Amino acid sequence: MTMLHDDVIDLTAAPSQPPTEEGPPPPSTSPWRRRAASLGWAMAGVTVVLGLWHLAALRSPDLPTPAEGLGELWALVGDPFYDNGPNDKGIGLQLAISLQRVFTGFALAALVGVPLGLLIGASRRAWQAVNPLVQVLRPVSPLAWFPILLTVLRDAGKAAVFVVFITALWPTVVNTAAGVAGVPLDHRNVARVYRFGRLAFVRHVLLPDSLPSIVAGLRLSMGIGWMVIVAAEMLSGGAGIGFFVWNSYNASDLSAVIAAIVLVGAVGYTLDALFLRLGRRFSTEEVHR
Amino acid sequence: MSLEIHAVHKSFAASRSTPPQHVLRGVDLTVTTGEFVSLIGHSGCGKSTLLNVVAGLLRPDAGRVVVDGRPVTEPGPDRAMVFQNYSLLPRLSVLANVREAVKAARPDRSREVNDEHVERYLHAVGLWEHRDKRPAQISGGMQQRTAVARAFAVGPKLLLLDEPFGALDALTRAKLQAQLVGLWGQESDTETVLMVTHGIDEAILLADRIVVMANPPHASVLDVIPVPLARPRDRVTMVDDPAFREVQARLMALLTAEAPEATSAA
Repeated sequence: MTMLHDDVIDLTAAPSQPPTEEGPPPPSTSPWRRRAASLGWAMAGVTVVLGLWHLAALRSPDLPTPAEGLGELWALVGDPFYDNGPNDKGIGLQLAISLQRVFTGFALAALVGVPLGLLIGASRRAWQAVNPLVQVLRPVSPLAWFPILLTVLRDAGKAAVFVVFITALWPTVVNTAAGVAGVPLDHRNVARVYRFGRLAFVRHVLLPDSLPSIVAGLRLSMGIGWMVIVAAEMLSGGAGIGFFVWNSYNASDLSAVIAAIVLVGAVGYTLDALFLRLGRRFSTEEVHR
Repeated sequence: MSLEIHAVHKSFAASRSTPPQHVLRGVDLTVTTGEFVSLIGHSGCGKSTLLNVVAGLLRPDAGRVVVDGRPVTEPGPDRAMVFQNYSLLPRLSVLANVREAVKAARPDRSREVNDEHVERYLHAVGLWEHRDKRPAQISGGMQQRTAVARAFAVGPKLLLLDEPFGALDALTRAKLQAQLVGLWGQESDTETVLMVTHGIDEAILLADRIVVMANPPHASVLDVIPVPLARPRDRVTMVDDPAFREVQARLMALLTAEAPEATSAA
């Protein structure tokens, strides 16, 4: 059915989704034993890494030991919300500032990216107009935009938000377009034969079929947005967890840097887990054949 | 509802490098009101393509399809279709699948009339009790019955069926065939049926005439065989009827002679 395929876009350029975290379940008997085993192996992995880190720290005196790093983490988390002026804020406040920037940039990217993705997924012309731009701009490191944004916006915090916006835009656009292009031909034909109006088509076919892909795109966007904010704040200075990392480095406090890395990872993991759950809610059940 | 197909041609290019496949090669066919016509042939002979052209989902390269004097240019509620893969919308309940299709296809009817049709045909296929289930929660046979109810509830004069029972087991298929004949015969607005199948016995059981289609490069319509069996037909006793045997032998001969040299998907 070549004619119908004319509307469908080749999205081989779309980034592939990361493999699911879950490996094959171990062939164990009771669920409790299985959980205990999986927890045990996780602890073993952490222990090995901590051991190697400790060995490395013994050989290099500038590198804090795991005990120092985790002690610093404990201290930082113990008093997260103090505020002694612009250069000395609690880690909780710094994380909150970064999170706020990421959410702002991410929300803007979703607001622009989802409609843009729907448009270029539905219209071949829009695809042809936007695709070259997307392909050229997507591989550019988002930080390269920072000087331009800083010049135009004259505010390091706003520039950081827009760096996140630009970062988060592409996965949202590309995955939304892929979701639209991936609406099964069968469902399109049902909508055509029974003459669904525009609204009914969007509500009953387009959105349900493309939502899982849209949520996957948003999840990717959030993930790399959170990665990029640290780098952007190291450049922008002033506030945020990235600034905290850079400031600690300048104060030769590598323990604080390590503590910040652990916290950034934990926050990123939590954000990702939330989106994963959201995605599961929207994924369509398979139809029996 | 009469259907005229005049010299319809259709080609597909699988990719830019391969030459286009000439799937429909000058198809001429007239179906009169009240007829049940089956299209039979090997995979790749273009029977589903022809059905899609009649539905208005595909435009022919040449020729035209005329329904009740009006040329077909797009899909319409006068030609409802039952698809091969059931094609229910997975997030809608059985009831919503039928109701939304009827609502969209028949804005000319009042809401009460539409709801009444939805309920009547879901009862007719025995799915009213299961109306709140999602497609994934019911069997393939029930899904296809939902699709049949959806098509009938729209009240089409012409019903198009694309291998509707191909994916079902033999017992379910027999039950659905009987239901289909019942709905077509008495209880619906549907007068004329065009059904794609690859089952010889199914074609004989259901159809008034069987259109045998050939593989490329021959002309598409190989032969049209009338089925001189009285209705209602009984699948058990029908098999002993000499007329059944004769039609079956003719179909078998045509289709084995027409064994595909190169299989290609339509």
